[in-house]
Amino acid sequence: MSEIIDILISASFWAAVIRIASPLIFATMGELICERAGVLNLGIEGIMVIGAFTGWMAVYQGMPLWGGVAVAMGAGMLFGLLHSTLTVPFGLSQHVVGLGVTLFATASASFAYRLMLPEVTSPPKIEPFQPLDLPVLSDLPWLGEAIFQQTALTWAAFAVTGIVAFTLYRTPLGLAVRAAGENPAAVEAQGLSVTALRMGAVMVGSGLMAVGGAFLTLSAFSSFFFEMVNGRGWICVALVVFGAWRPGKAVLGAILFAGFDALQIRLQQTDLGALLPYQLFLALPFILSILALILMSRRAEVPAALMVPYNKGER
Amino acid sequence: MRLEPIANPSTLRQLGLPALALAATMAVATLLALIAGADPFATLGQIASGALGSRLAVLETLNRATPLIFTGLAVAVAFRAKLWNIGAEAQLYGGAIVAVLLGTGALGSPLVLPVSALAAMAAGALVLLGPVLLKTRLGVDEVVTTLLINFIMLLFVSYLLEGPMKDPMGMGWPKSSALIPEARLPRIIDGLRLHWGFGLAIIVAVLVWVIQTRTTLGFEIRAVGQNPEAARFAGMPVNAVLVKTALLSGGLAALAGWSEVAGLKGHLSSDLSPGFGYTGIIVAMLALLHPLGVVVSAIFVAGIFVGSDAMSRAAGVPTYIADMLLATALLFMVLAILLTKVRVVRG
Repeated sequence: MSEIIDILISASFWAAVIRIASPLIFATMGELICERAGVLNLGIEGIMVIGAFTGWMAVYQGMPLWGGVAVAMGAGMLFGLLHSTLTVPFGLSQHVVGLGVTLFATASASFAYRLMLPEVTSPPKIEPFQPLDLPVLSDLPWLGEAIFQQTALTWAAFAVTGIVAFTLYRTPLGLAVRAAGENPAAVEAQGLSVTALRMGAVMVGSGLMAVGGAFLTLSAFSSFFFEMVNGRGWICVALVVFGAWRPGKAVLGAILFAGFDALQIRLQQTDLGALLPYQLFLALPFILSILALILMSRRAEVPAALMVPYNKGER
Repeated sequence: MRLEPIANPSTLRQLGLPALALAATMAVATLLALIAGADPFATLGQIASGALGSRLAVLETLNRATPLIFTGLAVAVAFRAKLWNIGAEAQLYGGAIVAVLLGTGALGSPLVLPVSALAAMAAGALVLLGPVLLKTRLGVDEVVTTLLINFIMLLFVSYLLEGPMKDPMGMGWPKSSALIPEARLPRIIDGLRLHWGFGLAIIVAVLVWVIQTRTTLGFEIRAVGQNPEAARFAGMPVNAVLVKTALLSGGLAALAGWSEVAGLKGHLSSDLSPGFGYTGIIVAMLALLHPLGVVVSAIFVAGIFVGSDAMSRAAGVPTYIADMLLATALLFMVLAILLTKVRVVRG
């Protein structure tokens, strides 16, 4: 028990929590936008892989880091266009198309990687985002290390959350997007296009998922590995449910989740870690995600038209 | 644009559009080969000959198709009831674990093969039972839970292989002890590498087809899949049907792992399945969820993988072209199937 307390009061633990939460926040916001508009996007896992790969490759080819982020976002939006074309105007199964997009995106990244770097055995490194040195704040005792020594991309993740929350709840566009996920016929009666709103939401959401993937290569690991996303996308789908489709709650969920992840890494090095198999610690994020889904199952306010295709012809 | 149902789709439309989807996939293959700087026709030729060009190649393709038939059937059965079982990978490992548990000396001939096959099916069914009960009791989406369980299962297998199931003679490699000879599936023809797992897969596909077309359960699965509300209204125990479907689906996926261990590998390692569970989704969708179609599409999909491996060694186009082509085929095919039933009209 004292070991856990030691971990919880160390500043490096909280710095790690925020770092681990960042890619999850981007991708969870992306999934949340899609689902609020009525589209479940199971392409998330593959789109994160594409973001991780394209962002990293762009920087490796000489682009600036923010250029890499932009490339990742663009690539993500392209896959979002593919997903939404099939699921929105054509109304195809969002389950099947989403998994198809994940398989296609993952394979595309592997194919392009092997094509561009046929000989390498260990992936080359890039110079990643460095922690920002904020005046006064970064030098605060404990708090400085715990919270204020993050990279610009982490701050961007929190900024994006604010923008998403503001747009969804305080602007006419956000109202229209939410209505597209609740009552598409009413949106259409207002003279707005459900198709355009949903496709737009999926593209923007997919762009954010890809930035979440790019965080892994541009801010966390500085290299690209095939298995690096490792289920994070699926965890973000669970986080959207856990956050009851609300941006603020979803971010809290991501931080809570990252907290458990950071804790399990540190617990592995304690006496407890020596006692239990390390695989149990690695499985913890996935087990927690399932528990979160169970916990929220009774209370969740699912968007009414989630996974319901809208076809103007039908009444 | 909007979609308008077609009352009586023509045969040309029903056959032509899926054919067009395959042709479009070939076009993508051509494009990918060009991007990789290879001659597209030579590349496609090498994929074909790598999959079917020699007796060895054909046997390799059929061996690779075996687990895909099982996982494809598992997905086809579940998707028919709109039960989104994306966890065939986990169920597969459930079957593989049982094959090792019962096949390394716990049981002898002649009991070991049938008992371990049935126990494997039970294990796979159990792996899917949790998510389906969460769905029917609490309304938890089974897509996410089955996906998450795949990751948990792989870590569990890794734990078993480094702990309780570790082969003491494994030179430090994380693999299980080898199965006793009595627990191994024999080869169909002496001297040829094809094992009876393939024969069993065909038999099981026929059985599933019989279940789907000739039994009450098959009728109920279809009814629940087409319209659960109507099925419930008609007095059908929808949740019970979903649970039965899940038990069948999980059991089928488990046979994939069981037959890979008992037929091909002879032991369990954590790289037993290169994503057979996920590929099963493609196999099932290309077969339009038809159990006998699954056999054909599994052989086709296996051929693409085996052929691409051979082509990649010769022509230098990355072997991941196989995964790209199959994902492309999946997306084109679901679109083509839709367009056999509806037409796009303006306005």
